Amino acid sequence: MKARNITERIMSVIFIFCGMISIVAVVGISAYMIISGLPAIKEIGLTKFLFGQVWKSTASEPLFGILPFILSSIFATFGAILIGVPIGLLMSVFLSKIASPKLASAVRPAVELLAGIPSVVYGLVGMIVLVPLIMDVFGVKSGSTLFAAIIVLAIMILPSIVSVSENALNSVPKKYEEASLALGATQIETIFKVSIPAAKSGITAGIVLGIGRAIGEAMAVMMVAGNVANMPKLFGSVRLLTTAIASEMSYAGGLQKQALFSIGLVLFVFIMIINVILNTLLKGGHKDAN
Amino acid sequence: MQTEKSAPKLCSKISANRRTKDVVLKALIYVSALITILLLVGLIGYIFYRGLPHISWEFLTTQRKVLEDKIGILPNIIFTLYTILTSLVIALPIGIGAAIYLNEYATNKRLVRFTEFSTETLTAIPSIIYGLVGMLFFCKKLGLKSSILAGSLTLVIMILPSIIRTTQESLKTTPQSYRDGAAALGATKWYTIRTIVLPCTIDGIVSGAILAIGRIVGESAALLFTAGAGYVLVTNYLRALTTSGGTLSVMLYVYVMENGEFYVGFAIAAILMVLVLILNFAAKAAKKKLKKVG
Repeated sequence: MKARNITERIMSVIFIFCGMISIVAVVGISAYMIISGLPAIKEIGLTKFLFGQVWKSTASEPLFGILPFILSSIFATFGAILIGVPIGLLMSVFLSKIASPKLASAVRPAVELLAGIPSVVYGLVGMIVLVPLIMDVFGVKSGSTLFAAIIVLAIMILPSIVSVSENALNSVPKKYEEASLALGATQIETIFKVSIPAAKSGITAGIVLGIGRAIGEAMAVMMVAGNVANMPKLFGSVRLLTTAIASEMSYAGGLQKQALFSIGLVLFVFIMIINVILNTLLKGGHKDAN
Repeated sequence: MQTEKSAPKLCSKISANRRTKDVVLKALIYVSALITILLLVGLIGYIFYRGLPHISWEFLTTQRKVLEDKIGILPNIIFTLYTILTSLVIALPIGIGAAIYLNEYATNKRLVRFTEFSTETLTAIPSIIYGLVGMLFFCKKLGLKSSILAGSLTLVIMILPSIIRTTQESLKTTPQSYRDGAAALGATKWYTIRTIVLPCTIDGIVSGAILAIGRIVGESAALLFTAGAGYVLVTNYLRALTTSGGTLSVMLYVYVMENGEFYVGFAIAAILMVLVLILNFAAKAAKKKLKKVG
């Protein structure tokens, strides 16, 4: 009996340890990002770092202004949302309301498959197909542009928007739609004036999730955006927060390396804000459903 | 929406304005669906079209010889398998343990909510941040350098959330009466979990593992900084752990961006797509098959 008690004790301690691991990981990651990100910001100066328009990390008198990266990241994300959300939302409407259950269950795996494709594969196809295409169609010197990044990101965030929105649309109570139909509204009118407004919080959550994905993507963007530290222009080569870290990390040293960690910290803060918004939205959504 | 069958009759009474709107919106919905599907089919088709011709037995079973200008990806296939193995061996017990704690042991509601929030936060953190922290902590602080072990440990944290979530979901569907029955027969908590609860959660554990493998196979940013892009063949598992090794995704990036070898990129992309397809089917099959047993 006693040996059994001891095993029980040991196992429950082990489980508690396992249970705490996510908290430990999040606290550890936050601490590391702050500790390694702050020194360079202190040395460069917060306003000079965040609002400086020139990044010349390897010049004899280096300049570390990351405003171009921040703006490029925001523009790229915004553009991806602008293209990805309408298509994603309409696709989720198709799956949830228009397609027959059989057709929907045949099409849904396609969306899931899209989510499973590695980001380097998107980057590769973007680089070989999209970049030359942009060059030809828009007559620009190089197709590696912010626009290419926007298109690739829009495709990459599509699956998250579709799946979250579809869930939200499916959980809209049937009686809302039936009432609307009974009042003489057409099916399409019902979808756009009743179902979508009722699923608003879930759809917003999908969009916020997409924003998080887009702002955090590194490799695919790296392969199509050209990587020059310019202020953002739709048909200009740009560098985002993520690609700024990835492109110089392998050879950076000293203050340059520390500055890269500071960029990581800025990105981390962005992600944390988005995550808090997402969590409040999802909780709000659950309350609506109840 | 089966009720729509009667709609056409009503249409005649609807104003032209409303009807056009209806038609336009409906067309847009179909166009969006079509775009998504064509995108996927086009992507897969194009990758196979460009990649498959370059996959040969030699490509798969040799290593890169810089002097002879020959490229083979055997080391990277092995490194990918080792990375998957190492990450899963570490992450599965911890993830399952965490799920058991949250579902079976935890009594403090606030703590559970906080843990779940942390787990969600881990999902949201971009892989490049994992790469940075992994490099600082595992490679530098613990002195593992750029190695498969450092990369796998970084991946462990990245895949924990999906393992915890799927295991927890299937713990929740295990009937409470099973636990009560075991308790009534005098079984202790751990004994009940080991013999009754865990076997019922096998579907969740397997689908969590499959999701995790998918994530590992596709990961590049986090591994580039923690495991590097080594391409020298090391077959001994323990020795491989301490050497730098590039997984397939990482090598795709390196070959394309640093060496400009696009055909290698497409060949690896085709292999990755095959893996993704297999994992996708496996996840579906696991869900169906194991649910019945559970």
